[in-house]
Amino acid sequence: MATVKFSNIVKNFKDNQVLKRVDLEIKDHEFVVIVGPSGCGKTTLLRMLAGLEEISSGEIHIDDTLVNHLHPSKRQIAMVFQDYALYPHMTVEENMSFSLRIKSAPRKEIQERVAEAASILQLGKLLKRMPKQLSGGQRQRVAIGRAIVRQPKVFLFDEPLSNLDAKLREEMRVEIAKLYQRLGATIIYVTHDQVEAMTLAGRIVIMNQGVIQQVGTPIEVYRKPDNLFVAGFIGSPTMNFIEGTLRVEKGHVRFVSPSLSLDLPASLLPAEGAHEGREAVIGVRPDDVYAGREAGKNCSQKVDAVLEVSELLGHRENLYLKAGDLRLLATVEAFFNQSPGSVVPVCFNFENMHVFDKASQKRLSA
Amino acid sequence: MTGTRKGYLSGLAASAAEVMDSPVRRAKALRYLLIHIVVITAAGICVYPLLRILSISMRPGDRLFSTDLSLIPDGATLAAYASLLKDTMFLRWLWNSLIITLATSFIGVSLASTAAYAFSRFRFPGKKAGLILLLSSQMIPAGMLILPLFLMIMKLKLMNTYLGMIIAYSVSSLPFSIWILKGYYDTIPRSLEEAALVDGTSQVGAFWRIILPLSTPALSIAFLFNFTTAWNEYLVARVVLFSSKQYTWTLGLFELQGQYITQWGMFAAGSMLVTIPVLAVFLYSSKWLISGLTLGSVKG
Repeated sequence: MATVKFSNIVKNFKDNQVLKRVDLEIKDHEFVVIVGPSGCGKTTLLRMLAGLEEISSGEIHIDDTLVNHLHPSKRQIAMVFQDYALYPHMTVEENMSFSLRIKSAPRKEIQERVAEAASILQLGKLLKRMPKQLSGGQRQRVAIGRAIVRQPKVFLFDEPLSNLDAKLREEMRVEIAKLYQRLGATIIYVTHDQVEAMTLAGRIVIMNQGVIQQVGTPIEVYRKPDNLFVAGFIGSPTMNFIEGTLRVEKGHVRFVSPSLSLDLPASLLPAEGAHEGREAVIGVRPDDVYAGREAGKNCSQKVDAVLEVSELLGHRENLYLKAGDLRLLATVEAFFNQSPGSVVPVCFNFENMHVFDKASQKRLSA
Repeated sequence: MTGTRKGYLSGLAASAAEVMDSPVRRAKALRYLLIHIVVITAAGICVYPLLRILSISMRPGDRLFSTDLSLIPDGATLAAYASLLKDTMFLRWLWNSLIITLATSFIGVSLASTAAYAFSRFRFPGKKAGLILLLSSQMIPAGMLILPLFLMIMKLKLMNTYLGMIIAYSVSSLPFSIWILKGYYDTIPRSLEEAALVDGTSQVGAFWRIILPLSTPALSIAFLFNFTTAWNEYLVARVVLFSSKQYTWTLGLFELQGQYITQWGMFAAGSMLVTIPVLAVFLYSSKWLISGLTLGSVKG
């Protein structure tokens, strides 16, 4: 297995710069998920690593080998494509053995490797079938099998689950996680689905507009988002954002907005003169907005809000609230039992609150 | 249990059909009837001239101008066929045609398949202009090309040769074949080639092992087009070939048309015989024409 290093990678499509000086190191045996909205450059980065896209400038190393000008097949990578890309005129077995047959590998070795991959992915009974005779999930498994057979240094997955329905996607997600445990391979996985990113990744790389926004473990990017983009992108439902101004008063920072004023604890944001008058955005996840009885139990600084809509999700309930001009989403225990229009007390869990500078969008809080 | 259930279900289906009942079924039957009437009429119109030629080719020599419309004429004979094969160079003409046509088809399709691949997959200056130029060359009437073709072939010193004919034919059918193939390649997802590249083939290897096998329907169409055009061509052959030994069958058959007498029996017999290769190629290639090979390759 292998390490991968992107240094100063730039990609231009005519006048459009889609990757802007990307630096990223991926360790041996690591499962890295690159996540971001569509058009953020994540797939381009992966295709550059695979050798399917030219690099405008910068260097890519696999282990210590510079691969910028190496043919895709010489990079010892295997790629699973978004649309599976199975060769339609070949059987499952021929698809899986294609790379070995190209290399004129001994027949015995081909058979052994295909059989091994087939047993890992439970494809044994499908080997003689044509791709069109398979379901979506089976095709995806064959595509993964084709990658396994190659015994590559790095596995590349390009949104492999995006064409599957929700249930199958969940199943395949678990399969991929198991596969990683079994193979212990270096995997780079691109997706726009932050749930896939959170559940599969050892480390998440969040990209936006050709720039890496944050690299960290799932819990790091969830608990300590570096900037407003990451805060808004990771986590479902999305974080609440409240815009306002910071005031430094009597040894603590006060957040002032038209509908809400909050004294921020020093543990969240120490009182520094520099914060005085700063335009800021407070971020708080729906889980950390307490409403109704929860608000009574947990905190002192309460606001009254009007319940606009509630959505029962099963064990949790989403409450759409309005306090003055401010709209908030709170996720609380199920059976909130208040009808729309009623006024409910709301407060926040300061421990999991985030403060961002509005101008630079960077995190201010600890 | 299953049996009872099955019986119940089919009973249900039957009663559902009764509910839908006759007006729907009658309309359906009427539609089928109409479709069949149209198809059979069209087929009749197409086949009738062929049957007339068959009939003429079997008439005894003294009844060539008879107005009899029976398919197998009285005293039917294969004498015209025998004398065509024995007394003329018909077999030689057929052979010439076959060589020229097959070579044209193979060369034409190989050139077109690679050119179309470049047009479909690569970005290069003049790509769009090239495609439009190819298309516009199809709008020039064939007759207008005779003189330039004649001059070029003469300059190349290829008059009265197979090669001259093959070049003239394969070049003139290239634009159509390129357009057909490019259109087809465009529908094949690029990810298939990319997968092949990652798997270890070169770009040429990906074309050979992935794109070509998947393009058999389009390749067959291009081949058939090349084949029938070259097989039936008369004008260029008339200009390029001048010794009857080198004639294709189209020129050869016209040899039978004398100044005072035309041997219609032999003419018809020849016409019947030349349809055989085309028919054979059509029947053989029909199995390759079945599209849908690409189904199931990507998503689903």
